[in-house]
Formats: sequence, C-alpha cells, structure tokens
Amino acid sequence: MSTPDAAQRVTIEVTVNGQKYCRAVEPRLLLVEFLRQELDLTGTHIGCDTSYCGACTVQLNGAPVKSCTLFAVQADGGEILTVEGLARDGELHPLQQSFSEHHGLQCGFCTPGMLMSAHALLHDNPHADRKAIKKAIAGNVCRCTGYQNILKAIEAVANDTAGGQ
Amino acid sequence: MYPAPFRYHRPASLREAVQMLSALGEGAKPLAGGQTLIPILKLRLDEPSDLVDIGRLPDLRFADAQDGWVRIGALSPHGWVARSDAAAAIPIVKDCAGGIADAQVRSRGTIGGSVSAADPNCDWPAMLRALDAEIICFGPAGERTVPIEKFVLAPYTTALTPGELVTAIRFKAPAAGSGGAYIAYKKSAAAFPICSTGVQLTLDSAQVCRDVRIVLGGAGPTARRALEAEAELRGKALSDALWARAADAAIAIAEPNADVHGSAEYKRSLLRGLLLKTAHVAMRRSANAKIEGSHVYA
Ligand SMILES: Cc1cc2nc3c(=O)[nH]c(=O)nc-3n(C[C@H](O)[C@H](O)[C@H](O)COP(=O)(O)OP(=O)(O)OC[C@H]3O[C@@H](n4cnc5c(N)ncnc54)[C@H](O)[C@@H]3O)c2cc1C
Ligand code: FES
Ligand code: FES
Repeated sequence: MSTPDAAQRVTIEVTVNGQKYCRAVEPRLLLVEFLRQELDLTGTHIGCDTSYCGACTVQLNGAPVKSCTLFAVQADGGEILTVEGLARDGELHPLQQSFSEHHGLQCGFCTPGMLMSAHALLHDNPHADRKAIKKAIAGNVCRCTGYQNILKAIEAVANDTAGGQ
Repeated sequence: MYPAPFRYHRPASLREAVQMLSALGEGAKPLAGGQTLIPILKLRLDEPSDLVDIGRLPDLRFADAQDGWVRIGALSPHGWVARSDAAAAIPIVKDCAGGIADAQVRSRGTIGGSVSAADPNCDWPAMLRALDAEIICFGPAGERTVPIEKFVLAPYTTALTPGELVTAIRFKAPAAGSGGAYIAYKKSAAAFPICSTGVQLTLDSAQVCRDVRIVLGGAGPTARRALEAEAELRGKALSDALWARAADAAIAIAEPNADVHGSAEYKRSLLRGLLLKTAHVAMRRSANAKIEGSHVYA
C-alpha cells in the first residue's frame, strides 16, 4: 500500500451562484475552503470547523449543508448557492432585508449560515410557522442575539403573501 | 486542510465500488454522506489511503414497501427518509429520521452510513432494533442479510467484511393496530443523543398487548432490547402500574456510562422517564392518534 501524496488533483466543475467554475483540487479540500480560498467568496464563514455551529451553511442542489463537513470533490457537478447569491441586481433578498429590519443580527458572524438555512426552509415551505422555523435553524448557533429577532425576521417573510420567494 | 492526504475514487456502480475496495485493501474506506467520517478525518483520528465515494451510486436511495417488508436504500439521507411515504406510514421511522442532528446533517448523512458507523449513541442502530430490522450487505462474496443484533457487534464495530457494503435495511411493516415511538434526550440538535428509548407495540381490541419491542440507546456498548420488560407486558392489559414495572425491569439491564452528561444513576433515571414517555406516545399512536414526534432537549 503506497502512501498518497498531496499531489493528486481532481478536476471538478461546479456552479456557484449561477456561475460555472472548473478547478483542479486536492481531494481533501473542504467545500468551505474551496469557496473562500479558490473562489474568494468569503461570505461563507468558518465558525467552529467541527460540524456544530452552522456558520458555514450553504446550499448544495437546494439542500442546506455544512460546507466544513463536505469535500469540494463531493460537490462536483452540483449547484451551490452561497449568501453572495441571495441579492439580485443590487437589491437585498427579502430575508436579508427582514434581518436588517428586525435586528436579526448583532456581530453578523452567524448570519450567512442563518440566511442559507432560512432560505432553504422557505423554498420548501414558503409559509413556514414558528415551529418549523425553529427546527430549520436548530443547526445554526448564534452567540449574540438570543434568537428572538432572528425568528421574527424569518417569520415576517414567511407571513408575507409572497412567502420567501 | 486538516485531513491527511488521500486518493479519491468515484465508482459508477455498486459492483465497481466493491471491486475497488477489495483491490485497494484495508487502507481504503467508503465515503457516504461523510457526516461521521469527515469529522474523524479532520481530527486525523483515521488516515485512510483511499476514499471510495459511494455517495452518488445510483439506485441506493429508496424507501419502498413490498410483500409486507419495508426496504430503505443505504444511501437514503436521514432528511429524505423523514419525508418519505414509509416515514408517513410508520411514525417511529419519522421520529428517528427527522430527529437526527439538524437539517444540514440530515441533508447529507445516510441510514447506511449510520448503521455502518455503529456509534453506540446513534439513532438508527438503536431504533432499528425496535423493528427487528435486517441489514442487506453486498460484497466480494455476493449478497447476504444480517439481523441488526448480529450486525452491530460492539461500539464502532460491525459484521461487515473487507470490501463489503451495506446496500439496504429492511424490516417487516408493523401490523395494523401497531404503534411505535422513538425519543432521544440530547443537549441540542447538533449533538448526539445522551440516551434514547424506542417502543413498538401491538394491542388487540381489548387493549391487551399482543406484541412489544423495547429498545434502549446509550445504555451500554450497543443498543439493547429490554427483553424482561417486554415479558412483563406481553399478553396483559396495559396499565400505568404495569408500565412502571416494565420500566423498572428495563433500567435493571441498562449500563450507561458515567460521563460529562451525568452519572450512571442519573442516566438510568433518565432512561426510565424517557421510556414511560415513549410508551405513552406509542400507545396513543396504536389507537391512531396523530402525534408529532419530538425529542427532549436538556
Ligand atoms: C453535528 C452532527 C450531529 C449529529 N447528530 C446525530 C444524532 O443526533 N443522531 C445520530 O444518529 N447521528 C448523528 N450524527 C451522525 C450522522 O447521523 C451521520 O450521518 C451518520 O452517522 C453517518 O452517515 P454518513 O452517510 O454520513 O456516513 P459516513 O460518514 O460517510 O461514513 C461513516 C462510516 O461508515 C462507513 N460507511 C458509510 N456508508 C457505508 C455503507 N453503505 N456500507 C459500508 N460502510 C459504509 C464509512 O466508511 C465510515 O467508516 C451527527 C453528525 C454530526 C456531524
Ligand atoms: S464551521 Fe461548519 S459547522 Fe461550524
Ligand atoms: S449575530 Fe453574532 S453570532 Fe449571531
């Protein structure tokens, strides 16, 4: 059995926020490192780096995932949405607007992950109730807000006639 | 990049995956959802030479019912199982699948990975004992079916042979009039359960217990059936007093570890309370009550 060296590179093609990228990466490169270091998309944060806090949450093919617990090679061929992909034509996404209006953030470190979890929820369940919202962000830790304003911010969008869309 | 370097392979079929794993030898590991393996690799608790990514093998994500058996494909993610028709029909499956970790982990982690990891505190290996499940494996010597109690041998240790993969889990669909529930006690969503209990029971029209299976998770090196407790209940009309006796018999066989979460005595008391709560939900469900499952958070 030979010891693998760091030289193996695997070519992957991913679509991030609608744009295609093709890169040769080491298999052990985590998706979050790929996004931040290779693509310079630093909106996705690394909090705990131990799969616990959810700060690194992005969507892979529509599902929320912890990008610190996923190799970039596993996302090959996939569609990734990060916080940078939420605003359209300079207009904040309704969720971002609502977080701002309801003070759903203080330091803002957890916010990208919170937004991506909330966005995934409202995609599947546009008028989610408070219980469903709590369950959807149960994997996102916030050390500042005490969560109440985050819940209010998401709830306001879910209660809007257009839902999260 | 925290994990040690490894070579990455992505086979196109189950057969190719098994051949690859056999040819690469003991340094190679399958990678499914990665929700157990990647944290281990990041901590360098393991340094496999090769990872064989089975995560997108075709045809291993399914949940179907046929001839009285329910089969769930090994690569079905927890969240996907929670939303399946099988989970809608069998509440104990929904309790388990929908209660694991958080939405993000449930997007990726798979039932096959969970039983293969054989973590003593994990939900699938415990809950599946309440359904007398069987694990379907495919390896260099072909296919075989192993009852779950013979599959999980010790903490983190299974009966899988080199190159062998779990392809599906199957169990008999619970009979009409059967109700079940599974409840875990945990610190937060993104944390493994401290203890858990599962009950699947069948009552007849006179409320007499025709069949019952009780499982305790986090109560020893592997999940265990509380056979003495089941014997207390079988053939009798169920009452609170009878359940209290059964709960005493159940915790008599529990051997939880003392750790940061509490002493063994504390956990036995926790298990007793959880079992009574789980039994209550299972009984009401056997009478067709619609009760949303919910774990208990510390
Ligand atoms: C933050 C966090 C919280 C969690 N909380 C819970 C919880 O509350 N309850 C719970 O039960 N679990 C919990 N888990 C574990 C989670 O459920 C994992 O998804 C699961 O245990 C492993 O599945 P996987 O597909 O991710 O497997 P992997 O991580 O890909 O693999 C796990 C092991 O099994 C092997 N393997 C995988 N698939 C197969 C197969 N088909 N055949 C043979 N071998 C295979 C791999 O080689 C590896 O050794 C948590 C995980 C995290 C990160
Ligand atoms: S950084 Fe990924 S879960 Fe905390
Ligand atoms: S706003 Fe600071 S961690 Fe959430």
